Amino acid sequence: MKKFDKERVLLAVAGPVIALAVAFALTSVVLIASGKNPVEPYTLMFEQASFSDIQVLIINQASMYYIAALAVAVGFRMNLFNIGVDGQYQLAAMAAAIVGAHMDLPAVLQIPLLLLTAVLTGAFWSGIAGVLKVTRGVSEVVATIMLNAIATSVIGYLWLPSVFGVKVGNNNTTGEMAESGWVPGIDMGKAGEIYGLVILAVLLGVGYWVVLNRTRFGFDLRASGASESAAAASGVDPKRMVLTAMLISGGMAGLAGLPILLGDTHTYSLNFPTGIGFLGIGIALLGRNNPTGIAFAALLWAWLDKASPELDFHDYDKEIAVIMQGLIVLAVVVSYEAVREWGLRRQQRRVGAELAAGIVLGATDNTAQKAQKEVAGR
Amino acid sequence: MRRFSRLTVAGAATASLALTLSACGGTSTEAASSGSESRGDKGLAIAYDVGGKGDQSFNDAAYAGLERAEQEFGYETADVEPTEGETDADKTQRLVSLAKQGHNPVIGVGYAYATAVKEAAATYPDTTFGIVDDSTIDADNVADLVFSEEQASYLAGVAAAKSTKSDVVGFVGGVDIPLIHKFEAGFRQGVEDTDPKVKVLSQYLTQTAEEGGFSSPDKGRTAAESQIEKKADVVYQAAGLSGQGVIEAAAANKVWAIGVDSDQYRQEALGKYRDHILTSATKDVAKAVYNLAKSVEDGKPESGIVRGDLKTGEVGLADSNPKFKADTELQEAIETAKEKIISGGIKVRTS
Repeated sequence: MKKFDKERVLLAVAGPVIALAVAFALTSVVLIASGKNPVEPYTLMFEQASFSDIQVLIINQASMYYIAALAVAVGFRMNLFNIGVDGQYQLAAMAAAIVGAHMDLPAVLQIPLLLLTAVLTGAFWSGIAGVLKVTRGVSEVVATIMLNAIATSVIGYLWLPSVFGVKVGNNNTTGEMAESGWVPGIDMGKAGEIYGLVILAVLLGVGYWVVLNRTRFGFDLRASGASESAAAASGVDPKRMVLTAMLISGGMAGLAGLPILLGDTHTYSLNFPTGIGFLGIGIALLGRNNPTGIAFAALLWAWLDKASPELDFHDYDKEIAVIMQGLIVLAVVVSYEAVREWGLRRQQRRVGAELAAGIVLGATDNTAQKAQKEVAGR
Repeated sequence: MRRFSRLTVAGAATASLALTLSACGGTSTEAASSGSESRGDKGLAIAYDVGGKGDQSFNDAAYAGLERAEQEFGYETADVEPTEGETDADKTQRLVSLAKQGHNPVIGVGYAYATAVKEAAATYPDTTFGIVDDSTIDADNVADLVFSEEQASYLAGVAAAKSTKSDVVGFVGGVDIPLIHKFEAGFRQGVEDTDPKVKVLSQYLTQTAEEGGFSSPDKGRTAAESQIEKKADVVYQAAGLSGQGVIEAAAANKVWAIGVDSDQYRQEALGKYRDHILTSATKDVAKAVYNLAKSVEDGKPESGIVRGDLKTGEVGLADSNPKFKADTELQEAIETAKEKIISGGIKVRTS
């Protein structure tokens, strides 16, 4: 095998690069159309990225985006669309906050306990959709969307003062968590603190890669995603795979809210960030379900989020960043498809050329196999 | 070999994360204070709550206060909107940015700013901060602008109980949160104290603000229609922009609606339906915002809990509808209740 597969890298990078270029260009068009300078907002936003306090905000936010996007990506890899990450992480964060407020073990036990609570809650919530799918054939898309709505109501219920809620002024909270459950951050001096659980996000990324690419389970998962019937023929139990994938996706989703919960807020209140699960879908798409790609996508998203408020102070609207995020997602879908087809055509031409050149049969077989594998790798 | 290169990529990603950290420059705060002219030369700044400018209600009221201060004191003001799903850190960043540009006072509109105001106030002890609808912050340079919404709602309840013919009245709350519970509690008590026979129907549009409880007139309309079907002939709403739907439904079915926050009888957007707006339980955020700006301008900044209630006139019941004003029996009942609340004869529940 070649040491460095240029073709593969080219195809992998072309998609996002084209998408980003198109999104930037279209955003500039929007800016020109509204009579504004099409370049200055970018310079302002790049300048923001050079400030250490903004960097800290970006990294903190990206850690949550990253975990949520990984959770979505696990599903994507086997053609499962877990839209329920949003409900799963919120419910899981709340469960962890409640356990954290009512238990006070030494930190070595408390923090693992909180992580476990979150994982189990998230997995339980997505597991409902998984069980419905394998037993009754309910589409996981429909089930998880509905579970999002139910999660919101459950959270509202748990917030009642008669259940686990603690009112602080006009805010609903779950009470302050015991200090043993606080994860110390990395102190950056004046710039603020980086959440300690950013490290967890990195570990999850590494774990994701290892499990998917270096284990039997990961192979089965990708095989099921590429062709369910083929996977079943090779001895994979599709139902078991669906359920396991949903549980893993939900369990990961459960962790998405913890960096901020254990690192900063220490309570689940009305101020807790929402919508990270939905953003995770776009980020997973942009990152092509690849742990490195998702890391860059999460950082990009967080940068757009954290650098854009400054625009308001320079007579631009910070919604420019939102427009850009929307355009990126649109452009990504289109450009990936275009690049994929382009890649396939290139491959066909090459195979055709090699065949025409009359290469020995064995070598042709080799190329065809490779082609097949690249298709399966998607 | 591929395994190796993939691992390198994963490692590079981790390293690039770490690199971003070590590549830190100065903070944005430092950069601005050295770059621009000295601070302390700008006026009032407000940071909006979810919904932002144009909600015909709470945030717009804060903006009205800002406009008044701008005209009167002739200084530069600023108003900034939030982004969806943001964290406390983002809010803090926003307030700090405003303070560092020299704005004074800086007001966070809505209890969601509590943590952010607390932190920003500690960073900028010489700037006066204000927060609307929260009383949990105890700092010398923070004014907690709170209102006794339940008192105005009590009066709305009295008006509703006196005006109903079917002995059923309705309450539509935007989002199921403690702040809106205050409106319901006061309204309910006002109705019960006036006429125990009257039944109060109650509905909240959504569990969280993100689902649009304060910004979906269609949800308000549906909720009001179902209450009217159950014979309610006075509907009180505390639902921000969604309240427009409630008023629309009331007008379509020729029953009374009671407005909230500002005097909705006078609002242009609701002109078509004004004949069916009995009254409004007002909450004068504009005045509270303006008062804080004025106190700063006068060199005696407000601090601690600044409560607007019936006594200060910052909450009350509007009487712009002539039909409502002409009903002397009703007016007397409201006047009596008002006096009793002010004198402490009636204690209005808050939840």
